[in-house]
Amino acid sequence: MKKSVFASLALGAGLIAGVSAPVPAVAQAMEQFMPIPIYRTGPYAAGGTGYFGGFMDYMALINERDGGVNGVKLTWEECETAYDNARGVECYERLKGKGPTGASMFHPLSTGITYSTFEKGAADKIPVVSLGYGRGDAMVGSVFPYLFPLVTTYWSQNTSKIKFIGMKEGGMDKLKGKKIVNVYHDSAYGKETIDILNKQAATYGFEIKHFPVAHPGLDQKAIWLQIKQIAPDWVILRGWGVMNPTAIKEAARIGFSREKMLGVWWSGSEEDMRPAGTAAKGFIAAGFNPPGKDFQVIKDIEKVVHAKKKGNIESDRVGTVYYNRGVVTGILSLEAIRLSQEKFGKKPLTGEQIQWGLEHLNLTPARIKALGAEGLVQPIKTSCADHEGGGAVKFSQWDGNQWKIVSDWIEADKGLVRPLAEESAMKYAKEKGITPRDCSKEM
Amino acid sequence: MLYRESGQFKTSYRADQAIFPIRQDRIALMVLLAVVFILVPFVADEYWLGSILTPLLVLSLAAIGLNILTGYAGQLSLGTAGFMAVGAFAAYNLNLRVPELPLIVDFLLAGVFAALVGMVFGLPSLRIKGFYLAVATLAAQFFIEWVFTHVGWFTNYSSSGVISAPPMVIMGVTVDSAVEKYLLTLVMVAVLALAAKNMVRSRIGRSWMAVRDKDVSAEVIGIPLLATKLSAFGISSFYCGVAGALWTYCYLGTVEPAAFDLSRSFQVLFMIIIGGVGSILGSFLGAGFIVLLPILLNNIAAMIGHGTLQADTMANLEHIIFGGLIIFFLIVEPHGLARLWQIAKEKLRLWPFPY
Repeated sequence: MKKSVFASLALGAGLIAGVSAPVPAVAQAMEQFMPIPIYRTGPYAAGGTGYFGGFMDYMALINERDGGVNGVKLTWEECETAYDNARGVECYERLKGKGPTGASMFHPLSTGITYSTFEKGAADKIPVVSLGYGRGDAMVGSVFPYLFPLVTTYWSQNTSKIKFIGMKEGGMDKLKGKKIVNVYHDSAYGKETIDILNKQAATYGFEIKHFPVAHPGLDQKAIWLQIKQIAPDWVILRGWGVMNPTAIKEAARIGFSREKMLGVWWSGSEEDMRPAGTAAKGFIAAGFNPPGKDFQVIKDIEKVVHAKKKGNIESDRVGTVYYNRGVVTGILSLEAIRLSQEKFGKKPLTGEQIQWGLEHLNLTPARIKALGAEGLVQPIKTSCADHEGGGAVKFSQWDGNQWKIVSDWIEADKGLVRPLAEESAMKYAKEKGITPRDCSKEM
Repeated sequence: MLYRESGQFKTSYRADQAIFPIRQDRIALMVLLAVVFILVPFVADEYWLGSILTPLLVLSLAAIGLNILTGYAGQLSLGTAGFMAVGAFAAYNLNLRVPELPLIVDFLLAGVFAALVGMVFGLPSLRIKGFYLAVATLAAQFFIEWVFTHVGWFTNYSSSGVISAPPMVIMGVTVDSAVEKYLLTLVMVAVLALAAKNMVRSRIGRSWMAVRDKDVSAEVIGIPLLATKLSAFGISSFYCGVAGALWTYCYLGTVEPAAFDLSRSFQVLFMIIIGGVGSILGSFLGAGFIVLLPILLNNIAAMIGHGTLQADTMANLEHIIFGGLIIFFLIVEPHGLARLWQIAKEKLRLWPFPY
């Protein structure tokens, strides 16, 4: 017995020593630090590894090929969140001070972690970039100076989806009387679009029914039986992780056409379709980045990073939807750093300085071409008032083996989204006692 | 040799019944309190205070709550996180709808609401026991989570169901830095832990233990089962409720049902199993084990992992090692870390001449 006591005491001592020690002080002058709050474990690991794999590979490419951003090398450190908010907060706190200038920005890759960290980010002056997720109203930059839902938000893409349905039905006026079912992940992420869908239902005269699916989403039999009774014209799937293939299989079981199912971009990856097998054929998903390797930047990554076995992900996952999304994230993030360097000098920058770059992004078609990302990224222009920038999505259909693009960029209905976002943001500002910035004075 | 109680004579009942009858223990505790109250806020950085010590304290409080119910009163519960959620949402709604109340009162009232809910879900304990009761409390967990997800009133009709915790103002001071949050949590936890320790030594604690050991015998010697079991559920849930409120206000910064899902209940249950069922100290030790070990493993992984092992291997290895250690400790000492501590103390008293 005695031995075990000492063993445990030794372990306890190690526990304390180990937790306190882990700051490898390698602060070199020309480094820009990027925190990677990845999730390699848990039900959503496919998303976490794919996305951050692409992001890290892109940073590796810039380091290897260009020697960093204007000579400033990118460094990063992973922290496992397991998609858990509490651990996400811990990761944020752990990583925010690393590197010579602290974290450049923070990509939570989880709506929950976004909610838990964006106020900390504002206090610490570290931009929180929720690229394609997070708060819908965060596009209102005057209230959320350090929160950037770049490219598009859930609210915006949702209006694009309704537009797409309208196109398929032959005009927005044909939506009247149609029945649409919204099957959503019962979490902050899933609930985000309920209000806007209700609003659109009122505008266009379609009927909307919402069905929550409890995390992780393996049990959907009862829901799909109800959907069968309703016999909707379209089903919008706001799924995430294992919920997606389950929903598709259930839809096949009740005989609902997969061609009438529209997924959000977190329902539109290879990892979501393959487990559903043949049932997934015909499923349509929205996405702000197309999959595939047919882009110069992806080819470069294969050549410069993966050919030298320096990849951060299995080489066969290069070019998947999540992966390319990570690359898009890398392109936008580093573009912001590059912009800020033009203003503040070619040296490691603080989060506060990079916030300026994020707010002045201007990704023109020419610039996108120069980056080798033609067709991968849409043109984006952000400003103090607009932290979203783009707002368009493309729809692609699963042919049983891969995604096929079936639409052009479909713009969001900004006229509908923007007032809602502003109303919600102002409500938030009032609750918190924030005085919105005057964006007409910001340059 | 330092840890010897010879010469310490107890001359009064008061001295005999002290929480820490041995002088060295009292000194050690005073030193510990001085360290956590005075030294730690000065030396620890924001990361330590904000994301290690504060959640550790909050979860310790939840573990004390569950320990009262499961460890002392013998009622197995899987609804801990649910009761924490009640506390969190009650604190938020009290703050929102009755802004006149001071925040501390909000927290305590949040505990009271959690206690009421806990007592309602404790009613089945009069008829069912053991695993069956665990299933009944599981229902509480799911029901509470469902209510907060689906009844918009609780989240003030926020579109995502996630609300960020309002700023904390206590007697004119805005509590927003990591140090202030840590101290607030520490004060609450210290006071409530002392109360819990005294409660389990008093009549009510003894009646809980009597019910735990054999409810029929307890009833025969005149302990009312209804009142005892419900008081255990109520007080346990009070602790969980306060812990839930602190979790959202002092740590997470957001109020949302997902923070209080079933895995949180299991996490707290593992804390008391690892730490020691039926021990206040065990609640702290267990929380330390469950909260700190994954962070430690993760940090070690980050430290030594670069280049030596694949990152995905590291991430999964962390789970394997964590699980392995849990099994190791359960085999070595099924009564938990608190029992190990007790054994260590006994050995120390005899050291260096054990017999």
